[in-house]
Amino acid sequence: MLGAYLPILVLVVIACLFGLGSVVFSSLIGQKKPSQVKLAPYECGCEPVGSARERFSIKFYLIAMLFILFDIEAVFMYPWAVLFKRLGMFGLVEMGLFIVILFVGYVYVWKKGALEWE
Amino acid sequence: MDTLILGLPVAYYIAMVAKVLVAFVFVLLTVAYATYAERKIIGHMQVRLGPMRTGWHGLLQPIADGVKLFFKEEIIPSQASKFAFLIAPLVALIPAFISFAVIPFGDSVTIGGYTVPLQIAAYYDQAGKQVFDVNVGVLYILAMASLGVYGIVLAGWASNSKYSLLGGLRSAAQMISYELAAGLAIISVFMLSESLSLHKIVADQAGGAWYAFKQPLAFVIFFICSLAEINRTPFDLPEAETELVSGFCTEYSSMKYAMFFMAEYANMITVCAVTTTLFLGGWHGPAFLPGWFWFIAKVYFLIFLCMWIRATYPRYRYDQLMRLGWKVFLPLTLVNVVATGLWVMFISK
Amino acid sequence: MESIFFLVVAAVAVISSILVVTCKNPINSALSLVMTFFCLATFYVMLDAPFMAATQVIVYAGAIMVLIIFVIMLLNVRVETVKRGTHAVIAGSAIGLFILFQTVWFLMKGSMTGKVGDMTKEQIVSVGHVELIGKALFTDFLLPFEVTSVLLLAAIVGAVILAKKKI
Repeated sequence: MLGAYLPILVLVVIACLFGLGSVVFSSLIGQKKPSQVKLAPYECGCEPVGSARERFSIKFYLIAMLFILFDIEAVFMYPWAVLFKRLGMFGLVEMGLFIVILFVGYVYVWKKGALEWE
Repeated sequence: MDTLILGLPVAYYIAMVAKVLVAFVFVLLTVAYATYAERKIIGHMQVRLGPMRTGWHGLLQPIADGVKLFFKEEIIPSQASKFAFLIAPLVALIPAFISFAVIPFGDSVTIGGYTVPLQIAAYYDQAGKQVFDVNVGVLYILAMASLGVYGIVLAGWASNSKYSLLGGLRSAAQMISYELAAGLAIISVFMLSESLSLHKIVADQAGGAWYAFKQPLAFVIFFICSLAEINRTPFDLPEAETELVSGFCTEYSSMKYAMFFMAEYANMITVCAVTTTLFLGGWHGPAFLPGWFWFIAKVYFLIFLCMWIRATYPRYRYDQLMRLGWKVFLPLTLVNVVATGLWVMFISK
Repeated sequence: MESIFFLVVAAVAVISSILVVTCKNPINSALSLVMTFFCLATFYVMLDAPFMAATQVIVYAGAIMVLIIFVIMLLNVRVETVKRGTHAVIAGSAIGLFILFQTVWFLMKGSMTGKVGDMTKEQIVSVGHVELIGKALFTDFLLPFEVTSVLLLAAIVGAVILAKKKI
């Protein structure tokens, strides 16, 4: 167990050190001549109008919500796929039922136009 | 040699550190030279020469770029959220650079009586001669891929610029949509391999029985969805230079910008490596050359394919992109799973 | 060695979960929560449950937290716009202290260990965690599994109805 996960830990540490190191190093040797105009957010060279953090379309929320639900479905399907040959016909029928029920939901989402992106 | 540290021989630690360092440096170099290769290849496809000045045929270009980026000024916009702005590049880079830990890049080598599997997160049980790797290797890669969205969404939000926010949001919605389709597409592979361990999946494809032949639909969907998930052309809407001026990284400069760039290329390498492992038989190939050579050759071919696609196809429109993900690939993957189930149950017996 | 590592991860988990409630900026709170999920995933790996760890990261860190961050952005919550009510703080800390006291009480009594199941570490490593979970899920817990799909269906319908009203 340890043998398989220790390298991942080592790699995480190396990646963190590499990332932090290069950011710190570049901020040490890079030049610094800040000015008010330079630090303003880019907006085609004009003066920025208002804040960028406006409310945005509910579409994104809906996509994220549907993503969670189908992602959970996918997570259930991984152990099933591994065991599928051992479960045999029984496994196929039970996963078939699971997929059919979710497919009903999918068709509903489609018909309601939640997947449209005008 | 028989001293044990935490139940593992000393040779294990030596091999582990060597594997980690070699793989890390190799990926880093591939990232650097993938940028060069991309400019060169696309240049020649468009009847240009690409970089020519730094070194022979511009071979030193990536190094020159790296040095230049180190010396660039670091700009933190005055209205940005400092903390999120600073960690966003790290959040993008780190998952990209640790996800290759579970990919087997060769079978195994024996040095001084100690057998080492060519896979970072794996070791041989010397008594039983059995490979132990991360039992859920594929899920580890999916988990790391699902974290990639944070770097981009944070960068977009923290910059407090309209282009960045739009780019970040679009990218997040795109990534999660295609992550879903990619995750569902590979289920049919696990139905055949009966394992989530990448070592076993590759071992299963010995003798040319690649899953790309058994699961062509899953192969195509997975590769396209992966391209979309890592924001490669023709799905590079988050960066859409002509429209969003680089999207989520509009406000970034210096090394922090370079880190997004490196994360993107590292992700491309990971995607190509995962596709090779799952569908193209991993390290398997004619025996006159070692396994790692075949693995790297296949990965480089797929990277070349990514660049070829970039030079060939125009960018998608956002509504087309979402329609493709949710209305075409998602149902197709479910149909593929059911079809594979029926095929295994009734026909292949 | 393992216990030192556990203590380090546990300390990170506790600190980041405290940051979740104390951070002024909601996005930073959300990020601390992601960090807490990571620590939990590490614990799962240490408990020989790699599938749980992967699921924890994929579903919680990779999906649910993305939704939460979307909602924070969507509502455009200003930094500390609402002053926290004193009643809420008092009630919250009272409940928190009670649960802490209860946990410590049961730990001291030693009755938290419960019954040891018939799975051993060696069994999990040799058969595989995914296989064991799958076997339990698709044979012994078949009904809950199928009911889950109905639950997910209800959630899909709910999500669409909630969002569609406003379009």
